[in-house]
Amino acid sequence: MINLVPRKEIPLRLTLTTTAVAVGLTLLAGAGIFGILGYDPLAALYQFFIAPVSRGYQVADLFVKACPLIIIASGLVFSYRANVWNIGAEGQMILGALFSGYVALYWGGMPAPLLLPVMILAGVLGGLAWAMIPAILKTRFNTNEILVSLMLTYVAALFIDWTVRGPWRDPMSFGFPLTPMYPDAGLIPKVDLPVIGRLAQLHWGVVGALVLSLVAWFVLRRTMVGFQVKVMGDAPRAGRFAGFSPALVTVLVLAISGGAAGLAGMVEASANIGQLQPNISFGYGFTAIIVAFLARLNPLGVIIAGLVVALAEMGGDSAQIAMGIPKVVTGVFKGILLFMLLAGETFNRYHVELRLPGAAARAAAAKETGGA
Amino acid sequence: MLEDLILTVLMTSVPLVYAATGELVVERSGVLNLGVEGMMLMGAVAAFGVAMVSGSLVLGVMAGAIAGMLTASLFGILVLGFATNQVATGLALTIFGTGLSGLAGAPLIGKAIEGLPQISLPVLSDLPLVGKLVFSHDLLAYGAVAMVAVVAYFLKRSRAGLVLRAIGDNHDSAHALGYPVLGVRFAAVLFGGFMAGIGGAYLPLMLTPHWAEGMTAGRGWISLALVVFASWMPWRVLVGALIFGGITIMQLAGQAEGWTVPSQFLSMLPYLATIIVLVLISRNRDFALANSPACLGRAFRPGK
Amino acid sequence: MQGNRIPLILGAILVVAAAAMFLIPKKEQEEVASAEPLKVGFLYLTTPGDHGWTYAHELARQEVQAHFGDKVETTFVENVPEGPDAERVVRELARNGSDVIFGTSFGYMDPMLKVSKEFPDVKFEHITGYKRSGNMATGNIRFYEGRYVQGIVAGMMTKTNKIGYIAPFPIPEAYQGLNAFAIGMREANPNAEIMVIWANTWADPVKEADAAKVLVAQGADVMAQHTDTPAMLQTAEKAGIHGFGQASDMKEFAPNAQLFSSVNNWAPYYIAKIEQVLDGSWTTGEGPDHWAGNTWKGMADNYLELTAFENMPADVKAAAEAAAAKVEGGYNIFTGPIKDNKGKIVIKAGDALDDGRLWSDVFFYAEGIQGEMPG
Repeated sequence: MINLVPRKEIPLRLTLTTTAVAVGLTLLAGAGIFGILGYDPLAALYQFFIAPVSRGYQVADLFVKACPLIIIASGLVFSYRANVWNIGAEGQMILGALFSGYVALYWGGMPAPLLLPVMILAGVLGGLAWAMIPAILKTRFNTNEILVSLMLTYVAALFIDWTVRGPWRDPMSFGFPLTPMYPDAGLIPKVDLPVIGRLAQLHWGVVGALVLSLVAWFVLRRTMVGFQVKVMGDAPRAGRFAGFSPALVTVLVLAISGGAAGLAGMVEASANIGQLQPNISFGYGFTAIIVAFLARLNPLGVIIAGLVVALAEMGGDSAQIAMGIPKVVTGVFKGILLFMLLAGETFNRYHVELRLPGAAARAAAAKETGGA
Repeated sequence: MLEDLILTVLMTSVPLVYAATGELVVERSGVLNLGVEGMMLMGAVAAFGVAMVSGSLVLGVMAGAIAGMLTASLFGILVLGFATNQVATGLALTIFGTGLSGLAGAPLIGKAIEGLPQISLPVLSDLPLVGKLVFSHDLLAYGAVAMVAVVAYFLKRSRAGLVLRAIGDNHDSAHALGYPVLGVRFAAVLFGGFMAGIGGAYLPLMLTPHWAEGMTAGRGWISLALVVFASWMPWRVLVGALIFGGITIMQLAGQAEGWTVPSQFLSMLPYLATIIVLVLISRNRDFALANSPACLGRAFRPGK
Repeated sequence: MQGNRIPLILGAILVVAAAAMFLIPKKEQEEVASAEPLKVGFLYLTTPGDHGWTYAHELARQEVQAHFGDKVETTFVENVPEGPDAERVVRELARNGSDVIFGTSFGYMDPMLKVSKEFPDVKFEHITGYKRSGNMATGNIRFYEGRYVQGIVAGMMTKTNKIGYIAPFPIPEAYQGLNAFAIGMREANPNAEIMVIWANTWADPVKEADAAKVLVAQGADVMAQHTDTPAMLQTAEKAGIHGFGQASDMKEFAPNAQLFSSVNNWAPYYIAKIEQVLDGSWTTGEGPDHWAGNTWKGMADNYLELTAFENMPADVKAAAEAAAAKVEGGYNIFTGPIKDNKGKIVIKAGDALDDGRLWSDVFFYAEGIQGEMPG
């Protein structure tokens, strides 16, 4: 029987050790899998973790890939900290892309400097509006937000599919499901550095994503809003005594996480695609959930966790280009990496004790000292 | 013609009934496993591979069930043993299962096998009106109904089912009463994997006898929706699966008849219906509390 | 606050991974080949495990490798989503020294176009698209030719005069196929009608099987598909009716039901283009002649191959062979007069659709197709 006793303080050395062990075990398991399948294990691991970032422009691509994950996960952190389980970020992201896309396609004639700000606003509103459905149902009728937000993701995916195949389709696209391109003023510009020039796909949305997670960190840590969110999550009863409204917090965190997801949709469509197509997100809304947890629900950790997860995705491509390792192997490897990191986190948060039948007394003692 | 359409609805609902009934038991014990899609795929690939090699469809179904259970046990060890977050672990399980099934299934691409022998009962299936609808299915389709009945009986009437529900509603007091919370939940998770595995096995063995990567195509997620649609009541899973299947088939049949409603809107209906049902059941507080497991998704630590 | 350490923890992951990795010798740099082979990269939307579209491309890639031996080195990347990832992977292939890059899905069009401008020395070949540049050409197969022959066979085989057709997405290629099928069918049998189901998927075996069962229930006794999996044929086999395979030979899945399959054979296209690159004659169609860089061939050049005509009486087989010979001889299937299903003339007598208009003027339901066009 495994016994878990929560720690009050998490020593830094411990977190480093557990993370190292988790990564080490993943590498070992990965090496084993690659070896069994007949690939050189070391070369494969090199392709997964080093090759994708061995050149400057690739690092830029890594940030581009991590960008939507960082934006969405920064918002999800608020929701999960408050014990509100928004798992419909995928759908909220799609709505953000749709709203901002409408602005770009139908109000594109407005003064150029205004277009991007209005699109950002529309994107945030789109995601926010979609997240308000579970928020209202939760606060009015106590409906489970996990399930409503998940169901709405399917609805959103079908809806964008209909829009780009039907009413918004570009008449010049030969019937292919694409809207017209956004006007230039509606495209998030690429980062153009004075000496180096452009770095692959690096765009200003990436900078925005990093700023956003800093802001999220600040709000969560230093403001009354962040305090309320944390109190409602950790000790809802105490929060109610302090006069916080659980309903208000629920609406607030869903608004924040939905708005962030909507923003991510706007950024993806505007910076990377330049038009709307049936697929705007490729599971970013779901992957971001894992990112948020790997980051231990800390907005700054989200940056690093987002980069790690993006690296694993890119590593899969590079392993295939260089060594012909099929993508399904990447999926298995990614699954193991996530399992290990999630399990490693347990060792950080808890004293893990293997309790044998005879050792009940020791466990009881731990129960006394461990606290809740 | 209507008879054949209804038969199609019934068949397309079978895998959903299996997976959702399994997940229902898991959720009733207070655990949310979002990895149904991954478990179904593992079940599908194992079932097809074993059935092809052994030539036995029974062995195939068993292999699917076992593969589903093994995949689920990974989830169980992590969320129960290590108290990891259930949502994140479930999503990771889907990534893992999709990858591993694709890897294992690579040699099976392009191979075909025969379907399970039907046990249509000669006299009964010739009965007018209901004969064909009720008595001309494969063994697994009857099994689905039987499993719903077993689970309904188990949850409502058996002592073990009572314990399982108690654990799902309040794991702390169940623990205080001396019930093995983690043990029961692990068993429930394994059962969920078992059922998802059979549901997955039904696709390549019965519905369309070949293996294709990712062939569940989102049916695991629909099963998750069904559990809620059913408000955690086994018999309603059956009804929900028929409605889901019915809308799917109606949309296809409507197109062949020349309907012009965009198919996307018809495809949205089951999801919208689920939300409406959710609202209706949760509006009624007593009703919602009676059925939905209060501890759903929350980790339990015996040391607390 | 525990939150402070998160960056450190995750930073440690990177550090540990990096430390472990830098100890490994860099394999890729050791390869300094004696005689540089031509590097050819392929992008796949799904995996060859779909046993359909991507599978056909993978077979052709293997044939390319076998054909050229060590003169050519091929790589492929599967499961590349149609968006920013495609751009990144295309660029990655170009940076890794690929000389030719084949993108095998429509959605790679704009990403490839963008990267093609960054790498003027790399040759880009985009399949199923319509945008070209100074170093990006397009290629496709005349899939609709096979469907015309299918239509003739279906029209002769049906007893119920109801034919089921599972279509993917309402794009030009799907309309070319559907209308060519209807034209062939009505030539053989003026009373036959087509019931169309738009599956809105290229490959979802369960959904395709469901659609097929629905068509059977509504009286279809011959079925055709533009989706990729063998599910429809397996359903036909079980129901004791007939159908046509798609993309690859599906006889093994339905030995008694398959009349024939239209097989996508990309190998001659790949081999021809790679040979052009090797001998320096490769060109694209930028400029006044928009279609010059486009390779669009069909049955006459074995880009589209029909498998043996089976499970049909001798007279049907003879008609099928005659139709195939007619198409291979250069017959334009979209030769007027052609009416839509409301009786309106859409292609006038004496008129015929050329390659350009086959992409813009095919959005109609030809006579014999039931219902209204979607969207």
